[in-house]
Amino acid sequence: MNPIYVSRRRNNVIVKYLCLGAALFGVTWLALILFTLFFNGLAGINFAVFTQDTPPPGSTDGGLRNAIIGSIIMTMIGVGIGAPLGLFAGTYLAEYGKHDKLTSVIRFINDILLSAPSIIIGLFIYGAIVVPMGGFSAFAGCLALAVIVIPVVVRTTEDMLGLVPNPLREAASALGMPRSLVIRRIAYRAARAGLITGVLLATARVAGETAPLLFTALSNQFFSLDLTKTMANLPVTINNFVQSPYAYWKQLAWAGALLITLTVLALNIGARILGAERISK
Amino acid sequence: MAVESDVMEAAGPYDRARALGAFKFGDVTFYWITRACAISVLLILGGIILSLIIGAWPAIREYGAAFLWTQRWAPSADPPVLGALGPVYGTLVTSVIAMMIAIPVGLGIAVFLTEICPLWLRRPIGLAIELLAGIPSIIYGMWGFFVLGPFLANNFQPFMISVFDGVPVLGTIFAGPPSYLSLFNASLILAIMVLPFITAISVDVFKTVPPVLKEAAYGVGCTTWEVVRNVVIPYTRVGVIGGIMLALGRALGETMAVTFIIGNSFKIQSSIFAPGTTISAAIASEFAESDGLHQSGLILLGLLLFVLTFFVLAAARLMLMRLEQKAGN
Repeated sequence: MNPIYVSRRRNNVIVKYLCLGAALFGVTWLALILFTLFFNGLAGINFAVFTQDTPPPGSTDGGLRNAIIGSIIMTMIGVGIGAPLGLFAGTYLAEYGKHDKLTSVIRFINDILLSAPSIIIGLFIYGAIVVPMGGFSAFAGCLALAVIVIPVVVRTTEDMLGLVPNPLREAASALGMPRSLVIRRIAYRAARAGLITGVLLATARVAGETAPLLFTALSNQFFSLDLTKTMANLPVTINNFVQSPYAYWKQLAWAGALLITLTVLALNIGARILGAERISK
Repeated sequence: MAVESDVMEAAGPYDRARALGAFKFGDVTFYWITRACAISVLLILGGIILSLIIGAWPAIREYGAAFLWTQRWAPSADPPVLGALGPVYGTLVTSVIAMMIAIPVGLGIAVFLTEICPLWLRRPIGLAIELLAGIPSIIYGMWGFFVLGPFLANNFQPFMISVFDGVPVLGTIFAGPPSYLSLFNASLILAIMVLPFITAISVDVFKTVPPVLKEAAYGVGCTTWEVVRNVVIPYTRVGVIGGIMLALGRALGETMAVTFIIGNSFKIQSSIFAPGTTISAAIASEFAESDGLHQSGLILLGLLLFVLTFFVLAAARLMLMRLEQKAGN
């Protein structure tokens, strides 16, 4: 056989196996992480995790009730502030300022904020909210999360509104609908699944965020619903428990980690199902 | 019909004016609300930069540019001596090692997914990788702390140290003693974390190659590897580099995945198995208990990190935009 042909085939086979190896290598690590997480997390989950508050040092009972509730509250308020803002901003980019100079600047800055280190957001809120207000508070944590939510929602909103076919808008305008109604009644409705997808993805993103909460909401050993004080939350509780010397705390940390991961995965899968619905239409 | 139109005309002018007025008011209000929200995105960026500069100002005035090349970090000395060299070094080293591991593997997986893998396997593997990109970084950090650190310290590190013992340069890079907390452990965790990003972006970018180009290459008898090397990679080079820079931006700023496992030591050591620190790890572990000049120094570190990632991310976005334009034409 032609030697050039042989060497080309050999190279091809080598590269194919290297790529297969890379895929196996990557998938193995990720499978290992999930396996340890489920193995240790399931061992740590019991009824008390949901009904009791975080234990004092050395104690061997207690749960994560205050942290779970705190996380839910802070995530909801963060998304509640960030999502509408992002939605309107994305609307402007997609509907009003499509060909503006301003729009391209905003889009560029938004893309950078989208991947900016989250600990920087924490420093920002610390300087802008925590210092002027004179102390750590759950509200500052909510705002930090909102700042992370905004760019995600802006991006998806703009993309999703961009997918709404123009003839729909033109038909509505031809019937005499003013611009804002065309957007709210026609474009939003046509893109609804996509817009919800964006909000879900943003929720998934902030549900496990730890760094921006470390010095905004801090954490709290006790149950608290007061937004002006520190509030317990899962990520920071996990952060504190992992580095503790107590076996029971580490077990709780694994249980909390599993809860967060399951929530994030569920939100992501939900977003994906909604997204698929949009495509099949 | 006639009656109806009479009624409408009678009620017409007044209602019509009112409705038009309401429409107009709603229209203008909605426009300005969306515009204000869009501009608030710029205000957030401005706010971040401004608050970092204000917070860092005392440290900038105290240390000036020497902050960048001072290695000593002694916040409790009187007066405190602070230098960014250790964390900056740690940030760059961990990111570079992480990218050295993650780029070949990530691109390999992307090639596997787009060219080699049987069709029925593509969706599940692609989906798994995208879902893994969404797992919070603290989970990676925990896993590194409890599982990967001990494993590396007991198995991988002693092996590497004995292999390279006595070899000129490599001997000092892979020097003992093995440690649970080290720059290398942090790098490996970072690599595992950015892997899904690189793969997901590369797969997206590889999909922008027009099928006609690939079919033509296969048609003249190219092997899969030749198609990838001579058609796919050249066509998507800008986009792949953009994706890699995006992943680098994440690696540079990643906090929770490395904080547990890096050791938080500000001393620069030649061995990558020695403890170190990164900018974000230093901020995460010291900020809550800091005050005065120490806190200002940490904010200055944050400002450095923000400037660094800003340029990396801006470059990444510009490159990805160039590819999008190409795909659009």
